[in-house]
Amino acid sequence: MTGPSPGDNLDIKRLRAHHRMMWRIRAFEEQALRGLDDKVVLGAIHPSIGQEAVAAGVTANLAPSDILLSTHRGHGHTLGKGADSTAMMCELLGRVGGNCGGKGGSMHIADFSVGMLGANGVVAANIVIAAGAAHAIKLKREPHVVCCLFGDGAINRGPFLEGLNWAAVFKLPVLFVCEDNGFAATTRTHTMTAGAGAGARARALGLPTFELDGNDVLAVDAATAEAVRAIRAGEGPRFLHARTYRLTGHTGADAATYRSADEVAARRRGEPIGRAAEILGAAGVLSEELAADARAAIEEMRAAYGKALAAPFPPAETAFTDVQDAGDPRREAF
Amino acid sequence: MATATYMEAGRAALAEEMRRDPLVWAVGEDLGRGGVFGQYRGLVEEFGPERISDAPISEAAILGAAVGAAMMGTRPVVEMRFADFALCAMDELVNQAAKARFMFGGQTRVPLVVREPIGMWRSSAAQHSQSLEAWYAHVPGLVVACPSTPADVKGLLKTAIRSDDPVVFMEHKNLWGLTDEVPDGEHLVPFGEARVIRPGRDVTIVSWSAQVHVAVEAARKLAGEGIEVELIDLRTLWPWDKARVLESVEKTGRLLVAHEAVAVAGFGAEVAATIAEHLGQRLKAPVRRLGAPRTLIAYAPPLENAVRVTAPAIVEAVRDMVGRS
Repeated sequence: MTGPSPGDNLDIKRLRAHHRMMWRIRAFEEQALRGLDDKVVLGAIHPSIGQEAVAAGVTANLAPSDILLSTHRGHGHTLGKGADSTAMMCELLGRVGGNCGGKGGSMHIADFSVGMLGANGVVAANIVIAAGAAHAIKLKREPHVVCCLFGDGAINRGPFLEGLNWAAVFKLPVLFVCEDNGFAATTRTHTMTAGAGAGARARALGLPTFELDGNDVLAVDAATAEAVRAIRAGEGPRFLHARTYRLTGHTGADAATYRSADEVAARRRGEPIGRAAEILGAAGVLSEELAADARAAIEEMRAAYGKALAAPFPPAETAFTDVQDAGDPRREAF
Repeated sequence: MATATYMEAGRAALAEEMRRDPLVWAVGEDLGRGGVFGQYRGLVEEFGPERISDAPISEAAILGAAVGAAMMGTRPVVEMRFADFALCAMDELVNQAAKARFMFGGQTRVPLVVREPIGMWRSSAAQHSQSLEAWYAHVPGLVVACPSTPADVKGLLKTAIRSDDPVVFMEHKNLWGLTDEVPDGEHLVPFGEARVIRPGRDVTIVSWSAQVHVAVEAARKLAGEGIEVELIDLRTLWPWDKARVLESVEKTGRLLVAHEAVAVAGFGAEVAATIAEHLGQRLKAPVRRLGAPRTLIAYAPPLENAVRVTAPAIVEAVRDMVGRS
């Protein structure tokens, strides 16, 4: 089935909120990429520029007490779930004040205070963990929903099959979202994927599945709303297959020469923020107001970056904390 | 105190912890029918299929789901049937369970127990016979328990279920029927506390799991020859009771580590190196270790027996160490 149509009842206020969130995600990542150029953001950054509609549209339907699991490309999901941008920027710079105390960085960002149980550096690993989080929710008879986002590259790993099967047989409250940007790292996913892809595989396991345009934030929002409603009603897991496009390379260091400039230019014309702005403009929102959304987001992330730069690195002593209760890593091995 | 088998002691430990804490639950293949060795027999009748939960043959999902469920505040006990099968869930155990607390900056804990039966069990061949405890001792974040007696299965499993760290709990398949005294009720064995099985002045033997019983046999034989072995059962490999072993070897001046696992890069090497580093000059004989050769475990009994660390092999090594060979 396709996603429910937003129809004629356009909720301008809600779309404006999506517009703001999408701008916050983009501004955060553009600032992070500048930080990479400045060599203060370290390691690998995986930008989701061009994919913001999935993050904004999905997370807008999650309550603070709902749970979210993300991927190595998870800044947008994390911001959408309500994490603080300054704490996230501190984490990317490896500083005190970071969500994970500078131990995780971009690929392991997590904010348990807002139900965000972690980005994951291993593709598809979050799918089985999400199934387990939902399993616990069911055992405890809690009303929360678990949302698990992953890329199209994940559908060729075993935990995709195992996690979806698990969620379906135990009828767990989990929403799986395949954020399909067409590339598994730097290789076109369809060149190494048999069959009709993510949605078809989910349907084969009996999961009701929505196929949708992941660059249309209204479509993502509407489909997620319907899926979350069904999950909360106890109907079991749901699957969204959202097609989008990554405008940058796989990482901040990837020039993405495996695709043509023409292809990227064409996809840039369909990117989600511009499309949302167009609808808002047609509905009477002034271009100054839309520009103000962008400006506010850029200011927020610039300030977050400034605060992170001013924060100290964590004391070296913390390299030995939070390992395990049993045994002292400084002493036991020698 | 009553007697119980190694298997019954494990079942009692799980049942007691499930009665004590409604957030403890078990999940794995065939649990509803009692588990592959009967370790879970009767539990589904008491606790129901939600808490003694059958799982698809999906090791990655079983362990991964346990990670998610543990982060959400429940305490899953995961059954892997054989340590060999747990290898299908290595990412979930090593990259996820062991790392979540640290890499998320202490925001979460992963209080799960993975039961991985180890060891040779007549003619189970290469994919149902391994002793892989050293692999896990190498991974920061994991606790590794290898009980040798019914009492320790009970006491260590209860401690493992209450631990906030992920625990790899390795029961030896050849010991399921071993009967011994088991303390009733609240019996907890702490991690990292070795047990001195017999005191002795001449040689310290360190062992764990089923190999302990082989070492007991060897020590009896050696005692008949006037060689007094101090036999130590480590019980947990991480943390391991370095202080106890050091104290013993200071007294005896000689150390032999004996284990069923492959000797190369086995945990015996860790114990031997530690003692050599600390007591090297004061030792009366070079540190020795006995383990399996670096080969695979075969099906035919004579081939299987060829890789065992036997009591005569231990006796011979000890005689050599004390200059009586």
